[in-house]
Amino acid sequence: MDNIILEMRGITKTFPGVKALDNVNLKVREGEIHALVGENGAGKSTLMKVLSGVYPAGTYDGEIHYDREVRHFSTISDSEHLGIIIIHQELALVPLLSIAENIFLGNEIATNGVIDWKQTFARTQGLLDKVGLREAPSVRITDIGVGKQQLVEIAKALSKKVRLLILDEPTASLNETDSDALLKLLMEFRKQGMTSIIISHKLNEIKKVADKITILRDGGTVETLDCHNEDISEDRIIKGMVGRDMEDRYPPREPKVGETLLEVKNWNVFHQQHRDRQFLHDINFTVRAGEVVGIAGLMGAGRTETAMSIFGRSWGHKITGEVRMHGKSVDVSTIPRAIDAGLAYVTEDRKQLGLVLNNNIMHNTTLSNLNAVASSGVIDDYKERKVATDYRSKLRIRSHSIYQEAVNLSGGNQQKVVLSKWLFTNPEVLILDEPTRGIDVGAKYEIYSIINQLAAEGKGILMISSEMPELLGTCDRIYVMNEGRIVAELSRKEASQESIMRAIMRSGEKH
Amino acid sequence: MVAETSALKTTPSIGDYLRNNIREYGLLVALVVIMLFFQIVTGGVLFRPVNITNLILQNSFIVIMALGMLLIIVAGHIDLSVGSIVALTGGLSAIMLVKWGVHYSIVVPLCLILGGVIGAAQGYWIAYQKIPAFIVTLAGMLVFRGVTYVVLQNRPIGPFPKEFQVLSTGFVPDLLGFLTPISFSTPWLQFQQPVMDGTSWALHWPDPQFIIVQWTITNLFALVAVLIAVAFMVYNGLRNRAVNDRHNTENEPFAFFVGQMAIISLVSIFLGFQLSTYRGFPNVLVVMAVLIGLYTFITTRSTIGRRIYAMGGNVKAAKLSGINTERLTFYTFVNMGVLAALAGMIIAARLNSATPKAGVGFELDVIAACFIGGASASGGVGKITGAVIGAFIMGVMNNGMSIMGLGIDYQQLVKGLVLLAAVFFDVYNKNKG
Repeated sequence: MDNIILEMRGITKTFPGVKALDNVNLKVREGEIHALVGENGAGKSTLMKVLSGVYPAGTYDGEIHYDREVRHFSTISDSEHLGIIIIHQELALVPLLSIAENIFLGNEIATNGVIDWKQTFARTQGLLDKVGLREAPSVRITDIGVGKQQLVEIAKALSKKVRLLILDEPTASLNETDSDALLKLLMEFRKQGMTSIIISHKLNEIKKVADKITILRDGGTVETLDCHNEDISEDRIIKGMVGRDMEDRYPPREPKVGETLLEVKNWNVFHQQHRDRQFLHDINFTVRAGEVVGIAGLMGAGRTETAMSIFGRSWGHKITGEVRMHGKSVDVSTIPRAIDAGLAYVTEDRKQLGLVLNNNIMHNTTLSNLNAVASSGVIDDYKERKVATDYRSKLRIRSHSIYQEAVNLSGGNQQKVVLSKWLFTNPEVLILDEPTRGIDVGAKYEIYSIINQLAAEGKGILMISSEMPELLGTCDRIYVMNEGRIVAELSRKEASQESIMRAIMRSGEKH
Repeated sequence: MVAETSALKTTPSIGDYLRNNIREYGLLVALVVIMLFFQIVTGGVLFRPVNITNLILQNSFIVIMALGMLLIIVAGHIDLSVGSIVALTGGLSAIMLVKWGVHYSIVVPLCLILGGVIGAAQGYWIAYQKIPAFIVTLAGMLVFRGVTYVVLQNRPIGPFPKEFQVLSTGFVPDLLGFLTPISFSTPWLQFQQPVMDGTSWALHWPDPQFIIVQWTITNLFALVAVLIAVAFMVYNGLRNRAVNDRHNTENEPFAFFVGQMAIISLVSIFLGFQLSTYRGFPNVLVVMAVLIGLYTFITTRSTIGRRIYAMGGNVKAAKLSGINTERLTFYTFVNMGVLAALAGMIIAARLNSATPKAGVGFELDVIAACFIGGASASGGVGKITGAVIGAFIMGVMNNGMSIMGLGIDYQQLVKGLVLLAAVFFDVYNKNKG
């Protein structure tokens, strides 16, 4: 019990309809590097948000002991005052301000509101030396790379007298050299007695630096491994992350696979913003009638970008390659053309990209195929109502009427409205991007049933998901993507969480 | 499962309904209250037939432009250039009609097309080059005002040919003229204008008096047309309710339906009657009514309208749903240009001269009308009826305050406060609900 800096006991956090954390325990010793691993949605980020006060005390159950005292953080600044600093995956830097301005943002060295630039720059220089960043304090954030930006974030944390540093996927967007430098820095800090918690998917890196590993799964703590007492292999960690029964969570299905519907050949895409950077490399895949095909991969692997670039070039730049339907080349250069070709894309972000939230269920349902309920541009109320009513009962959308605004629906029902919209366009191939993200277990089952039903009707389904059990439970075939490439194609038999993880890790190490 | 979902269907209570729709009823009630207020403080001048006619003539162009502006605001944009387009199209019509002697049957459509071209020129930058509408139309406001000064060479042009003036100042002839005039007498509650004591600044309100007034209907057609329109509106409302009932769709509570219909009918019949004792319907009233009907139809029943609302509500989702958002944005600006051109000609005809200063500041009145009418500055929300009522709230306040002898300074002040209050009311309701 000596030197425990942080102990979280029995943390339970519920969102409407979802239990994100269920009795989670975490114990961190002073001066160690503690890794937090788990699949997407296992609850790692939520746990850290509870710790840092993003979710204020009172909105969750359980106790936080920090520095031998029970703490109730109600804002982020409460936890920051005690030296708990969290660095999020999406960096919170202001691109057009300088390094020095960013480091002291909200915490300026000033007297009576007048900034002391001399001291600001001097102290920034000192912090930059500590993190080993060789840039002038006056350089703007936008002019330095992501790796260096990460270091600026750490320097910013140091400026706040950090005692417990939390890094959420710090190396996700870094190349190998930058990652190594960052990990070395963490080990350097450890020598100086600083404690850090690192959330990461890159198990090889975790093995390198971590003293302890806590594994989360489905919002609960699985175990804490001590890296000094036993030799922990990556497979051992993966097993902890995924070990669970999968029966009964996925409705059974007899696949009846027919002819090839969608065929994508030599698909190359450049990055939407960084226009000289090739993002997708030689993507080739097929989807057959009645088949559910999965795309597995980590965040940033290029799965969503692949789908969106195919669907009317809604992502990317300098797109080359061929899309075929029924063996014939089709034009998918605009979204209406992609829809005409028989494609539908259910986006991963249903609130921002899928729904018009302040419109009602009926309006959202008919939006993509409005002409089917209209003649000469005039909407036939009766037809439209009938379409919306039919889909509402067919997909079991729970609402008080088809006039309920989408914003007032639960996540699962919102997703069903998005599905209704695309089913009404009568597509041959549906691309589903994270179709069950953020929805509860019951609604997930219903979504899987709908997917099975569609496949049975002879539609081709391409499903992108970060939840591997979901892919394994529903797909006939799985493509694995990493860093903009398809790195493996696994049949139902070959596919397992271990084989997918291994494919990702191996390809990652090659580059 | 189907049974379960329909069991969840509940009929909202009257209180819930009022909370959810308080904006629409509130707006209508506000207009009526404002009208009554000014009727009383102006000693009954507001509803005199001559003044009602004036009110319509003075506000028609604001209403007409508010129709286009509402679409633009719903689409998530703004147009600051309409005042300048008014001046430019008015000026060009004057040059063609007065200087070149072109027939009005050519000039009118030509100016409308020109307005469309101006709208297209702005729409291009907004829709396809993704420059914020605020900036493009701010530039347009300056550019087209400048062009107006150039083409008019800094001088007003007029007067217009009689046939063109009729567009704005003419009246619909009495098609039932063989029955008129009809005279009869009724008792009437006569308000007196309050008198201010010059030394103590105290207002003295003379008591309203019952008097016998003789009415003379000189344009029976106006009254009959209003009665037919009201009958049609009530019939249509009842039919919609019946259809909704048949499809198990939520209806507004019957008491609200009756109340709303009663207010609208009484106000319309009263105004129609007043107009019928004067010169009947102004031509612009007919133009305005037809356009209001058309745009209500477009916003509620057409695919274009639906797509504009979807685009304003979530442009990315609309685009990913296969809607050509660029083209849609482009055409909302073309449409605005055409309506601004129509307004420009109506104003020029009414003033009987085109001046380079015409329409200064109109864009603000038009935009204010939309926001008072409940449109959301972030797009996706707003109704034609709201914008029209908003325009009339502003119009009645302008007119009422002018009759009271308040200067333009106070008028601006009061209008600004009303706009702020209306939008605060929206935000307050939204946060509460």
